[in-house]
Amino acid sequence: MFLRKLINNRMALTFFLLGLLIFLFIVIPLAKMIFSSVSEAEILWQTILDPEVTGAIGLTLYAALIATLVGFLLGVPLAYLLARHNFPGKRLIEGLIDVPIVVPHTAAGIALLFVFGQRFFMGKAFQAIGIGFVDSMAGIIIAMLFVSIPFLIDSAKEGFKKVDVRLEKVARTLGASPWQAFFRVSFPLAWRSILAGNIMMWARGISEFGAVIILAYHPMIAPVLVYERFETYGLNYARPIAVLLILVSVLVFIVLRTIAYRGDKS
Amino acid sequence: MIEVKNLYVDLGEFILEDISLDIEDGEYFIILGPTGAGKTVLLESIAGLYPTKSGEIWLRGKEVTRVEPEKRRISIVYQDHVLFPHLSVKDNLTFGLRMHKTGADAKKDRLNWVTELLGIGSLLHRRPDTLSGGEKQKVALGRAIITQPEVLLVDEPLSALDPETRESVQKELRQLHKALGITILHVTHDFEEAISLGNRIAVIGEGRLMQVGTPEEVFRHPNSEFVARFAMTRNIFVGRAERKPSGDTVFKVDGTEFIIAYDADGTHHASIRPEDILISSEPIRSSARNCFPGTITHVVDKGSTLYVTVSIPPELSCLVTRHSFQEMELHEGKRVYITFKASSVHLFD
Repeated sequence: MFLRKLINNRMALTFFLLGLLIFLFIVIPLAKMIFSSVSEAEILWQTILDPEVTGAIGLTLYAALIATLVGFLLGVPLAYLLARHNFPGKRLIEGLIDVPIVVPHTAAGIALLFVFGQRFFMGKAFQAIGIGFVDSMAGIIIAMLFVSIPFLIDSAKEGFKKVDVRLEKVARTLGASPWQAFFRVSFPLAWRSILAGNIMMWARGISEFGAVIILAYHPMIAPVLVYERFETYGLNYARPIAVLLILVSVLVFIVLRTIAYRGDKS
Repeated sequence: MIEVKNLYVDLGEFILEDISLDIEDGEYFIILGPTGAGKTVLLESIAGLYPTKSGEIWLRGKEVTRVEPEKRRISIVYQDHVLFPHLSVKDNLTFGLRMHKTGADAKKDRLNWVTELLGIGSLLHRRPDTLSGGEKQKVALGRAIITQPEVLLVDEPLSALDPETRESVQKELRQLHKALGITILHVTHDFEEAISLGNRIAVIGEGRLMQVGTPEEVFRHPNSEFVARFAMTRNIFVGRAERKPSGDTVFKVDGTEFIIAYDADGTHHASIRPEDILISSEPIRSSARNCFPGTITHVVDKGSTLYVTVSIPPELSCLVTRHSFQEMELHEGKRVYITFKASSVHLFD
C-alpha cells in the first residue's frame, strides 16, 4: 500500500529516496561498528570486564545525571519566567541561552576554565569551600551543564507556553497562591516537555567531549577514554569501548523516551 | 457590594480608562460591548488578575484593589471553560476546596451539593476532554461556585455553545442566581442575552464605560452615538403575545401587531434582525406575513450599508445596501413599506 502510494507520487518518491540516504548515513556506521564487534565478541566481553572502561561509563552517566539535576533546578524556573513574562532584553537573554549550542565545545571549555580556574574569583571562591574544577568531577559536571542546559530550558519554555495562562488565573481565583498554581497546574501540565528536555540534556551531557577534556582529562569519562585509547593504541583498541558507549547511550535513550512518551496517545 | 472607582488598567496594547461601577448585592449585572471592548480585562481586573494603574475596587465595604486574587472570594468562569485538563471532573470541582483546606466531610457535602444542583453526578470520573460543551460549562460553573464565592464572574458563558445548549445553560445561570442569591457579573456581546438575564447593563466600548442602566433604559434611551449604533444591530421590543381566533399568534407593541411563528401569550421580548426587513415604496405581495407602512425617521451611514430607521410605530431599524438606498431615493421623512416574515421575529424572555 505504502509503496504503491510512493510510486504514484513523484514528489513523495523523491523525498523518500533523499530521506533514505540520510537515514542510511546515520545507521550504517553505527550498525557496522556494532556488528563487526559482535564477530569479535571475545574482545567486547573483555572490554566490558575492564574496570577502567566500566568506571568511565559509570562516571559519564553519573556526571551527566548530576548536571541534569542542577540544570533542572536552575533551568525550569528560568524557562517559566521566559514563557510567562515579557520584559526588555528578553530576546537577548533567549539568544544568549542558546549560545552554548553554537560555540565549539573546546572553546566553551576554555571559557569555563577561565572563570572556574584557580586564578579567577569564582574559581577561588569555590576553592575556598573545597570545590575545584580542574581535573575533577565538578569540572566534568559544569562542562556538561554548560553545553547541555539550552536543550532543557528551550523544551521547558515551550512546554510552559502551551499551558493556557488562564488555567493559572482560574487556580488563583479558587484560592491557590502563585506557588500552588505553579505546582498544581503549570508544572504538571508542562511536565512532559520538561522531562523530554531533561532526557535531551542528559543525552547531550553523556556525549560531551570537547568541553570536558579541556577542564578535566581525569577522572576519565568514556568519550575521553575512547579518544585516549585511539591516540595511544589505535583503532582496534578504541572501537570496543566506542561500541559499548553507543550501546549504553542508545539503550538509556530508548528507555527514557519510552517512559516519557508512554500514554502520549491520549 | 462591588464598587469600581475610576479604574485605569494599562496592558500596553490595551487600556481601560476611568471605569466606575456600583454593583449591588445579589444583582445580575451585565457588561455588554463589542469584541475587543475590554470586557474581559475589566472582569479579570475585578478578580485581581491584573495590576491596576489607578483607581479602587471595593468589595462589601472593604478595599481590595491590592488584595491577591486568592483572597478576594471572586470566582471566574471563562467562555471556553478552561478546565484543568490533567484532572478528573471531580478533582476539577474540588480544586478550590483543596486550596482552602476544606475538611473531608465538608468537602463531600459541598461536592454533593454542587453535583446535585447542576446535575453532573454522572460525570465525576470523566476527563474534561471527553465532555460536551454544555457539560464542560456546567463543570466550570460548579468549580467556581463550590468555594461559595461572594461574586461570580462569567465571561461570555454562552457564546461557544450551540443554540439548544445555550438555552439550557442560560436557564441554569438564571436558576443559579436565584438559588444562591450570589452577585453575578456577566460579560457578553449579545443583546438578547443581556436583556434576558441582566438586572442592569453596563455598555463598554473602546476601554470606556458608555452607559449603565436597566435593559429598558439602555435600549430605549441610548445616551450616546456608540450605544445607539450598537443597539441598532438588533430591533428589540417589549410587548404582549396574543393568540387570535384566526389561529395566528401576534406580538403587540405600540399598537402594532406583528404576526409571529410562536404559540405563546403574555409579556415577552421580541427581536428582529435589521437584515431580515425589506423596504419598498409600494406594499409587496409575498409569503411574508408582516407588511406595514411607515416613515423614515433616521439614517445611519455605515459605508457600503446603511441603517434606516422606520417608524410604524414602533421604530424598526432596517439594513439596506448603498445601491438600493440610492436607487429607491430613501431619505428622512419618506413614506415607505417594510416587510418581514413571521419567522423573522424571535421571541425571548
